Amino acid sequence: MTVLRCRGLSRSFGALRAVADVDLDVAPGARYGLIGPNGAGKSTLFKLVTGVLRAHAGTVELDGRDVTRLSEVRRSRLGMAQTLQHASLFGSMTAAQTVALAVQRHGVDAADRRRISPLPRRQADVWERAERLLADIGLAGRGRVAVPSLSHGERKQLEVALALACRPRLLLLDEPAAGMSAAERARLVELLRGLPREVTVLFVEHDLDLVFELADAITVLHLGRVLLSGSPADVRASERVREAYLGTRRRAELFTAPGGPDVPAGA
Amino acid sequence: MTAVDSAATVDGTAPVPARRLRRFGPLIAAAALLVLAAVPLFLAPFATTTLSRILVFALFAVSLDLLVGITGLPSLGHAAYFGVGAYAAGLVSIHVTAQVPGPLLVGAGAGALAAGLTGWITVRSHGVFFLMLTLAIGETIEQLANTWESVTGGANGLTGIRSARFAGTPLVVAGYTYWYVLAVFALGFAIIWLVARSPFGAALRGIRDNEPRMRAVGYPTALYKYAAFVLAGGVAGMAGAALVAQQRLVTPADLGFLTAAFALLAVVIGGAGTLWGAGIGAALVIVVRDALGPSMGGHGTLLLGLVFVLVVYLLPRGAAGLRLPLGLSRVRSAVFKAPRGGPR
Repeated sequence: MTVLRCRGLSRSFGALRAVADVDLDVAPGARYGLIGPNGAGKSTLFKLVTGVLRAHAGTVELDGRDVTRLSEVRRSRLGMAQTLQHASLFGSMTAAQTVALAVQRHGVDAADRRRISPLPRRQADVWERAERLLADIGLAGRGRVAVPSLSHGERKQLEVALALACRPRLLLLDEPAAGMSAAERARLVELLRGLPREVTVLFVEHDLDLVFELADAITVLHLGRVLLSGSPADVRASERVREAYLGTRRRAELFTAPGGPDVPAGA
Repeated sequence: MTAVDSAATVDGTAPVPARRLRRFGPLIAAAALLVLAAVPLFLAPFATTTLSRILVFALFAVSLDLLVGITGLPSLGHAAYFGVGAYAAGLVSIHVTAQVPGPLLVGAGAGALAAGLTGWITVRSHGVFFLMLTLAIGETIEQLANTWESVTGGANGLTGIRSARFAGTPLVVAGYTYWYVLAVFALGFAIIWLVARSPFGAALRGIRDNEPRMRAVGYPTALYKYAAFVLAGGVAGMAGAALVAQQRLVTPADLGFLTAAFALLAVVIGGAGTLWGAGIGAALVIVVRDALGPSMGGHGTLLLGLVFVLVVYLLPRGAAGLRLPLGLSRVRSAVFKAPRGGPR
């Protein structure tokens, strides 16, 4: 049984095959890393999984259920939650109000899958849960702060709190550590490690140290295709991965292939 | 932090001066309602009539603010639902009953129905396309009112509307009509205000701020926008019914572009998203157009244009952004450090 299962997933933009025939199996409770050079198709693959983009071919299954044709909103109701690469939040809200939006939609706990109520009843529960999520993520006492006044790292943390408030089965993180300070990054790692095993995590990350620190399985994408899927040790040992990142043998691709490989920091 | 504390936090997300204001919010609202209710006892009938007009237009502007300020849908065709509500209330008053809740309910229903029929396409468009679509719908409905003479009376307007009756007594005196309009205004305002501060209203603000993110969080945003659109149409229809009770005449101009544009102007002048600001803006628009306009040889619109330019440059947050100079520095820091926002 897999939480997320993709088969033959493909998506093109004009002549560019951004994602081509990708298979992905994410086991329950996995901390699954998705890596690859810039332009490898990681973000596109993410969007195909979350439903922001429609696949041109292939299927996406969540908990054995085919969700390929379901909208982003339906997938969210089924337990997918995501954070976006560029913290994309609500400019007129405070941190607590932001998280409360997701809490009121997805309920305070498993027993409470209440949808919107016309009257602000039981709002105290919603706010309490929002404050607790903020505290868990390391934003205790920052609930009243306006989102535009948060630091970049805090906004990334808030992204994660917002996604967790959706009470996901599958948590998709798009470059969660990008732009974070060392301290914030350490706290993020601690938080992701501390997540209950019911939550499966699939994350894209450029910081390979963080990937190897966290991931128990890794897929390497290159030019829209799966280069390698395996354990962190397999990936570390792979000559082909090194080539994809450093381009030793296939340097010519830098100039011929669309979105060719480059060298990310920490590679 | 206890549950009670966090609830207080949320209500207290606003900066300190605003929070203090909020604590007195119900008191201020009650006082304002009391003053407004007492007005016809002291003012001349003409001034009372002008105030009725203001209340009608204010309710219309407040319903538009739900779209513009709360949901982020700047509609140029909102007058269509105001007008449809007015025509429906007028026709019911003529042919069926002028007994008080009747025309009001029909007007609200007709406004909501018209918004329901036209809204599903419009709320799925964005930005300029939304503006253009709502403009086109508004113009189409105005044309319909102009040409469907057998029903609407064409360009002459719908005349011969009986005055509203309350418990069998016709409300012919300006003061009684005013109280009726005030009651409709209070009801409509309360509906919009409650919706805006409910969890549903919070979701609408989220959509205004960042619609793709709201979808990612699991909100069917088109449905939410549609619900807001229909609700705003219904309350605009209520305002239309109040218009009928007040002037006992509906013309195609009431659902035309100029009416829609004036309402948008009122929302911007008052400060979009504050609801009560839209009421202030509406008062300003009506006073300039109806009270000052005639003495300026019909150049009232020009003055409104000037006011609009000044407001946009000097008060980017509208009249609602104005505060007493007393706490100016605190307010300024509040404006830049804390969001307005919070369930109102």
